[in-house]
Amino acid sequence: MYRLTGVTKRYSRGKETVEALRGIDLTIEDGDQLVIQGPTGGGKSTLLQMIGGLDRPTEGSVEFDGVDLARIGETRLTRVRAENIGIIFQSFNLIPTLTAQENVETALVPLGVKPAERRERAAEALRSVGLGERLGHAPAELSGGQQQRVAIARALVKRPKVLLADEPTGNLDEGTRDDIMALLEGLWREHGLTFVMVTHDSSIARRAPRLATIKAGQLTLTEQGDGRYAQQSSVS
Amino acid sequence: MFGIYLKRELSRRKKAALVIAMGLALGIALVITVNSVSAGMTQAQGKVLKSLYGLGTDMTVTKSQSAPKAGSSQGPNFQFDAKSSSSTKQSSDRVMTQGGQALASSLVTKVAAQKGVSAAVGAITLNVTKVDGSFTQGKAKSSTSSSSGSQQQGGPGGGGNSSGGGQPQVQGGGASFDVNSYSAAGVDVTDQELGPLATSKITSGKTFTSSQTTAKVAVVSASYAKSKKYKVGSTFKISGTTYTVIGIATPDSGDSTVDVFLPLKQAQALGDAKNKVTTIYVKATDSKQISTVKKEIQSNISGTTVTTSADLASTVSGSLSTASNLATSVGKWLSIAVLAAAFLVAALLTSSAVSRRVREFGTLKALGWPSRKVTRQVVGESMVNGLIGGALGIALGLAAAYAVTAVSPKLTAQLGSTGGGTGGPGGGPGGGGPGRQSASTTMEIALSAPVSLTTIALAVALAVTGGLIAGAMGGWRASRMRPADALRSVS
Repeated sequence: MYRLTGVTKRYSRGKETVEALRGIDLTIEDGDQLVIQGPTGGGKSTLLQMIGGLDRPTEGSVEFDGVDLARIGETRLTRVRAENIGIIFQSFNLIPTLTAQENVETALVPLGVKPAERRERAAEALRSVGLGERLGHAPAELSGGQQQRVAIARALVKRPKVLLADEPTGNLDEGTRDDIMALLEGLWREHGLTFVMVTHDSSIARRAPRLATIKAGQLTLTEQGDGRYAQQSSVS
Repeated sequence: MFGIYLKRELSRRKKAALVIAMGLALGIALVITVNSVSAGMTQAQGKVLKSLYGLGTDMTVTKSQSAPKAGSSQGPNFQFDAKSSSSTKQSSDRVMTQGGQALASSLVTKVAAQKGVSAAVGAITLNVTKVDGSFTQGKAKSSTSSSSGSQQQGGPGGGGNSSGGGQPQVQGGGASFDVNSYSAAGVDVTDQELGPLATSKITSGKTFTSSQTTAKVAVVSASYAKSKKYKVGSTFKISGTTYTVIGIATPDSGDSTVDVFLPLKQAQALGDAKNKVTTIYVKATDSKQISTVKKEIQSNISGTTVTTSADLASTVSGSLSTASNLATSVGKWLSIAVLAAAFLVAALLTSSAVSRRVREFGTLKALGWPSRKVTRQVVGESMVNGLIGGALGIALGLAAAYAVTAVSPKLTAQLGSTGGGTGGPGGGPGGGGPGRQSASTTMEIALSAPVSLTTIALAVALAVTGGLIAGAMGGWRASRMRPADALRSVS
């Protein structure tokens, strides 16, 4: 479970100080699905970074399962990320020189999983996102949708408690967007993950059970009921 | 994953990897070439010095020639009778000591007794000038006509003077003679490990036995034997004494500076220098203590000049010296500069490659890769670049060294003085020749470029260092990267 209390983040840009987050209070229960929406530069990606332990707040605390991610050391924070948090990026962020299977394996490297098991788990994760036939393909040989599926497999292969997605459909066409959203929705339901997603797409945001709208560093929370991605789209 | 990732990255960035590797290769190849050429120079200088000293000689003790007294002639003096018939051949030898003022033989024992001296052997160096020819007496005539002259080489010996018309004049007369000058050395036959003969190998016949202290035998240098057509068993005369050739000696390197080797006592008798030596060859007990031993001898035996190999090396001039100086100064700095530039280029390119991979490394960190794993990846790639550069550099360097050895450029070495002596200043015509001959010896040496294992080890160390420096810079940048950069780069 996440408990964010008074989270403030300030950046220095030359002589100017930019306040990206202003005293955010937020609780995310295990298995919750939260969509963060807002204008560009509103602070949504910064909030995701705080939740994912990728950055530390200037003020306030980010408690994850009782551990304040803002206070623990770098080594421990890295370990928390490696074991518990799966991340999906807008630009997929795959290593261009590695194959799809090897890219998925990179998530298991910091956990010390042995090579044979690593390969097996990576292949299984890719099969689960419909890329069983593309294990040996380099990212450049895959379409945008397929690359994002590889990134989803990479995020899930370590069986994380939390899945974070930063505009996962931002670089995809509409058809592929729906496929990916349906896939994420299905996986969230299947694995019982805590799922936090940043998007600027209102059609996606409207269907989320909980919607956090962030503007000028301040957050407004809206409860919208159960998600409906799975009913509207199917996995291709 | 480390190996696969590394292999893929290097093959993907072949061009950048090749630029880094080639830069390092150039620097390393230059270091190998300069090192091997320098080693070749040292070897060449060693050969030059060895030809003068012989293996095992650490220093020589001599005494500088004192300035000649005013009016005295130290040049060779020949006595010939002017004969009326030109068919009568005459021959005269002039034997002079050279290589400095003579030292008493007892000094050899004194030097040997000095602290740090392992062995000391005395030797005498002579210059023999042999004049063979005929001299014709001029004839007195009362004619006032000008001298018809002799067809022979007109020498002053037959020249007359004309003091006025009608007076009897001396006409004709002259001389025809050959001057043959060569060097001879008196060798202590009881200890030939040190001394002038130690630089040569007996290639025909045999050397002196320890009992031949007064024997009328000689060992001649191969080049002199060839020019005089001497063989083992041949005989020749010096100042009326007949010597039998018992051996032909070939110098280990270069040309021999001595033509004829004689037992020390025989040479002393010829040079009218009984119980005298001109050079004492000294071997130190410890080659690292040579300068200490030099000081010891100089302070205990006053008036002597002690010359070590290092002193002698400093007198080497000519193209060998120039090339050696170039290799040690310009070559050294050039290779340092190229190597430093190669390291810098490798470090900057690696660092720039890390900058281009911000998202990649940020992503890995976001996935939970600790900084050390990311750094290890960068350093690993850099090290492989360094090792490829090292291998290329070693290959290039070996090829360059091989080329130098194959071409074997000839270098000349001139030695300012041998054994510290300056030779006889010479008084009369021709007298200065032998003196100058001993003062400046020119040798021609073929340059080689030997590559030692130490040089190869140095090249490998440089390759690793280059890889480490570049990797350290790139790794440092990668380790400072925050995982948030992976997200920020797309937001």
